[in-house]
Amino acid sequence: MSRPANSDVLLAARNLSVRFGGVLAVNDVSFDVRRGEVFTLIGPNGAGKTTVFNLISRIYTPTTGTIAWSGPDRHVDLTQQAPHQVAGLGIARTFQNIELFEHASVLHNLLIGRHIRRETGLWADMLFTSRVRAAEVRARTKAEEIIEFLDLQHYRDTLVAGLPYGVRKVVELARALCTEPRLLLLDEPSSGLNVEETEDMAFWIQDIQQDLGISVLMVEHDMSLVSKVSDRVMAMNQGEVVALGTPQEVQAHPGVIEAYLGSIDEVASLRRPAGSAPARSAT
Amino acid sequence: MRFLFKTSYAQDLRLAKHGGQVFWYGLLCLLLVAAPVFTPEYWLAQLTFVLIYAIVGLGLMLLAGYTGLFSLGHAAFLGVGAYTQAVLTGMGWPFFLSLGCAAGISAAVGIVVGLPAMRVKGIYLGMATLAFGFIVEEGFARWESVTGGNSGMPVGTPEVLGYALDTATSFYLLCLAITAACTLVILNLLRSPTGRAFVAIRDSEISAQSMGIHLAYYKTLSFALSAAFAGIGGALYAHKLQFISPDQFSILQSIDLLLMIVIGGLGSVHGAFLGALFLISMPQLISLGKDWLPDSVGQSPGLQGLVYGVVLIAFVLFEPMGLYGRWLKVRTWLQMFPFYRQGMFKRQKTFQKSDRLR
Repeated sequence: MSRPANSDVLLAARNLSVRFGGVLAVNDVSFDVRRGEVFTLIGPNGAGKTTVFNLISRIYTPTTGTIAWSGPDRHVDLTQQAPHQVAGLGIARTFQNIELFEHASVLHNLLIGRHIRRETGLWADMLFTSRVRAAEVRARTKAEEIIEFLDLQHYRDTLVAGLPYGVRKVVELARALCTEPRLLLLDEPSSGLNVEETEDMAFWIQDIQQDLGISVLMVEHDMSLVSKVSDRVMAMNQGEVVALGTPQEVQAHPGVIEAYLGSIDEVASLRRPAGSAPARSAT
Repeated sequence: MRFLFKTSYAQDLRLAKHGGQVFWYGLLCLLLVAAPVFTPEYWLAQLTFVLIYAIVGLGLMLLAGYTGLFSLGHAAFLGVGAYTQAVLTGMGWPFFLSLGCAAGISAAVGIVVGLPAMRVKGIYLGMATLAFGFIVEEGFARWESVTGGNSGMPVGTPEVLGYALDTATSFYLLCLAITAACTLVILNLLRSPTGRAFVAIRDSEISAQSMGIHLAYYKTLSFALSAAFAGIGGALYAHKLQFISPDQFSILQSIDLLLMIVIGGLGSVHGAFLGALFLISMPQLISLGKDWLPDSVGQSPGLQGLVYGVVLIAFVLFEPMGLYGRWLKVRTWLQMFPFYRQGMFKRQKTFQKSDRLR
């Protein structure tokens, strides 16, 4: 595996640690997300995946470590940015349990996604000048492109509060895309989706990567989705990196198997001696 | 049932979505402009109060209904506006300049109050604004050199561009024009990025933030705008009453204002107007009803408070969307007759929200 040139790295996390009181949620985690790749975090519950996400989107501040972000024109340390500045840098995210604007329509939600691209100020907005009008039409055009991309036409004017779960997931993805990000953070994109919806999600993630050229960093449990779309996978357990590599490498890694299933010794101790049938099947 | 055929994005930006709206709102405007011709003076005065309260209600609606921040001290902003107007016009400043100052000073006070709003939420914000309301009321009472203290101060008739608006009709028309302008500003804000940022903060702060909305800025802005509207309302209120004293801006006034928008319907511009209509007509209805009640009930002093309380509880229990929500249901029933279903407006089950991020 050839080491990529430094300019290929979009986001570089170095020695990240977070401590919540006595709990070390993330311990000395380092990884790179390269331009144009789908990078997946896997691991059992409580491994610290979502915490890493919240570090990148600045909801948490790391105890130690840096996150270097290579924007088109400048390189910044994300840990020095305010939470609302992250979107402006080109990082959009979705949430594990869906955080949409419930009492607004789908279109309205997508337009809120255009907030960082707003062109007008307060006074112009108050008077709704022709400049605001033109900017609104441009924002709408962009939102419509995303609606088209994700097949949401049918739900455009529906209130989010009345949408089924699977559609909400897509709306959240659409809202993140509306910010025109360079890196998309997806927190368990397939959780709560049925098989068909998960397949759709896989296609969309591939389209986002290939057609829109957006890098994706995601947390995911569904291994079929992970191996279908990811270029590289990082496995975590108890706040530490266990393995990093292609999906196949990581899935075969003994440390990863141990993290999910326990060690061979533990499994062996559960095995019953041959011949002694379980009690309940006797009668 | 009306089906709209949309052919351009600009169509969705229009204030009136279809010809029916143009007709009905046009008719309403005509009626309001023509009201002085066929309305007795007493009712015209009541209508003026409806307009004034609607302006304050619009501001509070922006804050509570659209940004999700509740203020229990809104009467203080009303008072700041009223006293600013009284003092400045007393010094001979022109009407619109002092009105602008009333709005500006109220907004500045709103920013000061909005600063803690970044740190406290829900009931704690309510308590903070409540305390602020008491402080301001006390300030009006104590700062006697400017406000005249508890004995109050008189307010002159407004003079606009050389014309003294000393008749009920002329002042009513002034209030109508200002109300129309304020409504237009609110509607414009709500269809532009600023208004959408407010709605985003109301519905989910965490994702508003991850969409790049600066929470502190927009929360403070919402407070400032809301206070500015209350200040404008207060200035007109002062002119209408021609006499102001600190007890007009007490906690009771704040509660009336909050009651107004909750009963009108949180999260709708119509709600501010319907609520104002309710707030002004209720005392009239109560006094009409007094004659029908036995003296022991009808003449007791707490009747108004009791009725307000019962009405508020009834609305919270049976119609959380307020008068405007009720109207929407009636309208849908009429439009869809006979296909309206019982559960059409039922709040769908909201899915569990993330608590990992708190």
